[in-house]
Amino acid sequence: MTRPLLSLILAVSVLALTGCFGDEEQWHGKDISGLMPELEFELRGTGGQTVRPEDSAGTIRLLYFGFTSCPDVCPTTLTDLRKAVNQLPENYRDDVTTLFVSVDPERDTPERLASYANFFGDHVVGLTAAEPELRDLTKRYRTTFGYDEPDAEGNYNVSHSSAVYVFDRSGNARLLLRPGLTTQQISEDLAHLASESRS
Amino acid sequence: MPDIGFLAPYDFSPLTILSFALVLAGYGYALLHMSPEQRPGSVRIVTFVVGVVLCYGVMQTRFDYYSQYMFFVHRGQHLILHHLGPFLIALSNPLPIFRFWHERMGPTLRSWLRPLGWVYRVLQQPVIAAVLFVGLIYFWLWPPIHFDAMLSRQLYWTMNWSMLLDGLLFWWLMFDSRSPVLTNALGYGKRILILAAVAIPQMILGAWIVFSRGMVYDVYEVCGRAWPMAPETDQLLGGLLTWIPPAMMSVVGILLILRRAMHEDGRIVKPSRLAGENS
Repeated sequence: MTRPLLSLILAVSVLALTGCFGDEEQWHGKDISGLMPELEFELRGTGGQTVRPEDSAGTIRLLYFGFTSCPDVCPTTLTDLRKAVNQLPENYRDDVTTLFVSVDPERDTPERLASYANFFGDHVVGLTAAEPELRDLTKRYRTTFGYDEPDAEGNYNVSHSSAVYVFDRSGNARLLLRPGLTTQQISEDLAHLASESRS
Repeated sequence: MPDIGFLAPYDFSPLTILSFALVLAGYGYALLHMSPEQRPGSVRIVTFVVGVVLCYGVMQTRFDYYSQYMFFVHRGQHLILHHLGPFLIALSNPLPIFRFWHERMGPTLRSWLRPLGWVYRVLQQPVIAAVLFVGLIYFWLWPPIHFDAMLSRQLYWTMNWSMLLDGLLFWWLMFDSRSPVLTNALGYGKRILILAAVAIPQMILGAWIVFSRGMVYDVYEVCGRAWPMAPETDQLLGGLLTWIPPAMMSVVGILLILRRAMHEDGRIVKPSRLAGENS
């Protein structure tokens, strides 16, 4: 009785597993279609204005959480994104908006955020909000941030997501760019995404 | 003053709150209305309530936040959902409460619940129960699956509920209070065998996580940790929590079953071979 049952379970689990990993992804990033809700936020821009996804509607949105005092991860990521966008075919370069959301509103004043965002390109938008709103937004995308104890000079480290969330032109969550991708790979993914839904 | 905010759910789930409330209300109502000779003693009641409250606590308080953003807290959460909580609930032997409600069910409800009974009997086949118990741990800790489960709210809830329900099924099979001599409950030898068998793959998995050089579960890196902590430390602690406490739970389970088997040895005798057909 148990032997055929056991083999059945084994067969089913093997099928289930292969089924899960069967479709070899054509993306370099992680495909998150269906796993995450569409792009939605209401944040403060560097000019004090309210920024919503509609302001960048029709473009590919790259959502990234960080802070301007970030020693290495944020500058590296933003530099990689700039390079990747610059490697895109010319007609797509204006179709990508990078949304840099600072999770350190205490230190990241609008001026500071503006100059930081500008440094990484024209299509980089610096955004932030009060901590509760940031908590809601990060919760929506199943990420978080935390603060270390400040040192004697008042500097503190901030833990935050190291991935970039990619939304297509319609605002659907599509890809998660994990650290470790080359700019070439990011660029290919973005080009792929930009070409599939030009409307 | 204690921080009350910690008790508020991080990810409010009405279904979860409703389920736990129904379980506690159903248990309490049965206690008040059942005949005194069937009513469980206070130790058993406390054991049951502690088990339920523990499971609720890791799902609907701030603890859940840390479980989502720290690997080792997540392992602690599953230790409670899949092991400790159901262990206590099953150990408290809520069988009289089940009987109480079963007697009060109308025939329509009973026939509605019948398919559930079939599923239950299939899942409680010893081999299926053991494979499911370990299989679920491996499934949700399979790195690509784990990544998706932590990213998708729906998958996350599916994961936690599947762990809790499977934990309840498994530990109930282990601690079923009915004597295997008189009923079709699983024999003590088989129970001990299963408990030992499920411990080994869990120890292997835990040790593998502990001794992995690289990052096995980078989702916590990708999604940000609840507080800045070295990823290696987080993974090491999580691995230890996967490895040691579940193995200890198996040992404790085996000891409890051995004690019962020795206690019952020779005292419970089947009335006669032919009459013992109440299975």
